[in-house]
Amino acid sequence: MVVLKVFFPSCCSSAESGLLVGHWIPEQNSAVILAVVHFPFIPVQVKQYLSEVRQVTQVNVSVLGTWSNCKKKEESLSEFLEDLGTIFSHEPWIQLCKETDSKFWSCSIIQKHPSTPKEDEIILVYYDQRKVMLSHLHPPGNLTNSTDHKAEDASKLAILFDTVAKSKVLFMKDRYDDGPIKLTHWQSEGVEASIIVELMKQASIPVCMLLTFLLSFVSSVCKSRVLKFWPLCFIWSKLSTCEQLGHRLEHLQVISSNRKAQNQPQLMRKANIFVSLLADVALGILLMSWLYRKNRIGHLADTLIPVADHVAKELQDLLQWLMGVPAGLKMNRALDQVLGRFFLYHIHLWISYIHLMSPFIEMILWYVGLSACLGLTVALSILSDIIALLTFHIYCFYVYGARLYCLKIYGLSSLWRLFRGKKWNVLRQRVDSCSYDLDQLFIGTLLFTILLFLLPTTALYYLVFTLLRLLVVVVQGLIHLLVDLIDSLPLYSILLRLCRSYRLAAGVKFRVLEQKTGKPLRLLMQINPLSYGSVVQTYRLPTYSCYPKDSWGSLCKKLFLGELIYPWKHKGEKQD
Amino acid sequence: MEEREDCIALQCRQYSASCREFSVRCQPVQLRSLSAATCSVWLAAYWLFVLTQNSMVLSAAIFITLIGLIVYLHFVKIDQESLLVIASLGIQMTSSYASGKENTTFIEMSRVKDVVINEAIYMQKVIYYLCILLRDPLDPQSVSEVVPLFQ
Repeated sequence: MVVLKVFFPSCCSSAESGLLVGHWIPEQNSAVILAVVHFPFIPVQVKQYLSEVRQVTQVNVSVLGTWSNCKKKEESLSEFLEDLGTIFSHEPWIQLCKETDSKFWSCSIIQKHPSTPKEDEIILVYYDQRKVMLSHLHPPGNLTNSTDHKAEDASKLAILFDTVAKSKVLFMKDRYDDGPIKLTHWQSEGVEASIIVELMKQASIPVCMLLTFLLSFVSSVCKSRVLKFWPLCFIWSKLSTCEQLGHRLEHLQVISSNRKAQNQPQLMRKANIFVSLLADVALGILLMSWLYRKNRIGHLADTLIPVADHVAKELQDLLQWLMGVPAGLKMNRALDQVLGRFFLYHIHLWISYIHLMSPFIEMILWYVGLSACLGLTVALSILSDIIALLTFHIYCFYVYGARLYCLKIYGLSSLWRLFRGKKWNVLRQRVDSCSYDLDQLFIGTLLFTILLFLLPTTALYYLVFTLLRLLVVVVQGLIHLLVDLIDSLPLYSILLRLCRSYRLAAGVKFRVLEQKTGKPLRLLMQINPLSYGSVVQTYRLPTYSCYPKDSWGSLCKKLFLGELIYPWKHKGEKQD
Repeated sequence: MEEREDCIALQCRQYSASCREFSVRCQPVQLRSLSAATCSVWLAAYWLFVLTQNSMVLSAAIFITLIGLIVYLHFVKIDQESLLVIASLGIQMTSSYASGKENTTFIEMSRVKDVVINEAIYMQKVIYYLCILLRDPLDPQSVSEVVPLFQ
């Protein structure tokens, strides 16, 4: 038994009698009705109009049948409608009939060459034309990968949505147009348009051109040779503020380009970037107004120096503790004193530097705070950079401790090999046996013993400074995570899903309407919106930073060996 | 056509020759279990209050009870699950939660390979469940996904 499906727009249910115009999909035995043409009409003009529409929209629109909406069955009307079948020949010819007072419609199919002797079953599916036209279907899974199977496996729903979306031209004529043909579809009461949208479209062209010009100027300044000298370019690459500003510049370039978005994902991407930028700037201005009220910047600057002093004092106390008897461990006195005094002198230098800068701090902070108007993300990146600068001495200590420990570990491992009579073969990159002379063995063993007994001291210093450094890294990482979140959240898509959920469709859902035996089955097709999780996943904006490259295992190995760790590497940076 | 077991009821309806609906209904939320849970949470909170003399504990308990109830009704407790089969269109699965939320999935006929009864090991016994095998778009023979029905 063959099932014939007729997709009927719910806006045409109250239309007056006429011809059904739409698209017939033979592979799926379904007819998509797009509009109803009313009496009086001249068949030649209807055919001409339809061929014009066919050319413009690339959709095979044709007359599929007749529609009659009358109080009771009239014999003359039904004969007239059957005669129309001979003028507009279409196989099969659908005749839909509705009595004004009843909910149930009757549908009959006339086939010139019936392929099956059995009676066809007809299913009537009502759909909301406006929503289907505006919505974008997101197929589940990875259906985008298959390009060669598209013809056979293309889902019926995708074809339906496609057909309605492409037939926009058909919906441009409304009932107030003076033309030979009168149509009924979702826009027949009047074409929908918004003055604000039209004005913005007109205004956006000069604004885009101005923005493109400004951006090209700014990017040429950034790329100029002056800023590329070695110390400066090293500093720029380390500061996360510059990365963030560069990222935002790219975004602005994407928005202000003159090319129209080709397809839906590009349009959504542009809209997302635009809304995200607006939200960012709004939050930044809010933050700025909060900071500058009641002179909070002054308070912040005043507390900064005492905080730096406090941190330095804590570090000094820590070093004194290490130089004594930390946690009951007995250190080697001489090495302990040397390392401790060296680090203490370092802290003393740092404190003097901070005190030197203190009169200018407030002014610097005031001007730097102004840049928060560029966005909350920029303000957060600046905060992260300030933290990095303030804890620079911790970073230095970590590097010293790590290098010392690393040297010690390498020395120990090489001398351990000597102990066992083996050697590292650099050419073959493997461990080979080697016969040493007696004095080589003697000196090697002596050095090994010295290094081994000095190991706990160095290891303790290394441990303490690594923990401090990891703490700072974790704080910076959290700030970067927040910046990433603000950068990549597709706000426009989420708002669209909230307010106009039919625009993002994951699929459809059917509801069975009241039935009557003998009449065709009636179903209502509604759009099933995408879930919030898949909205965020589909429309995420790409960010410039990547999560820690090292797995936990390799991180622990690096820590054990004393290699320096850089857990938050950015994309595009060269690996060392 | 209705069949009843102790707490789950199955109902079949045939709308027409090509359309059938099967719905499975579960027991609604019992007043007994609800009041038992609420009383136990509040007794624990009162005991903590007596220990710590901090009235925040009581308001926190009320808050937790309300939020927990809303989350349970909206995300966990399924009232009814139904399967609508429409010939040559597809299969639609709807689950409706106790708070009225409805979750619908529609699978087109072209994606359905077969409907089978599969068995799985759950805790210490083997359970049988009905599931739909979906066709893989790249390879028409293999199965890309198994969708269990009536969770």
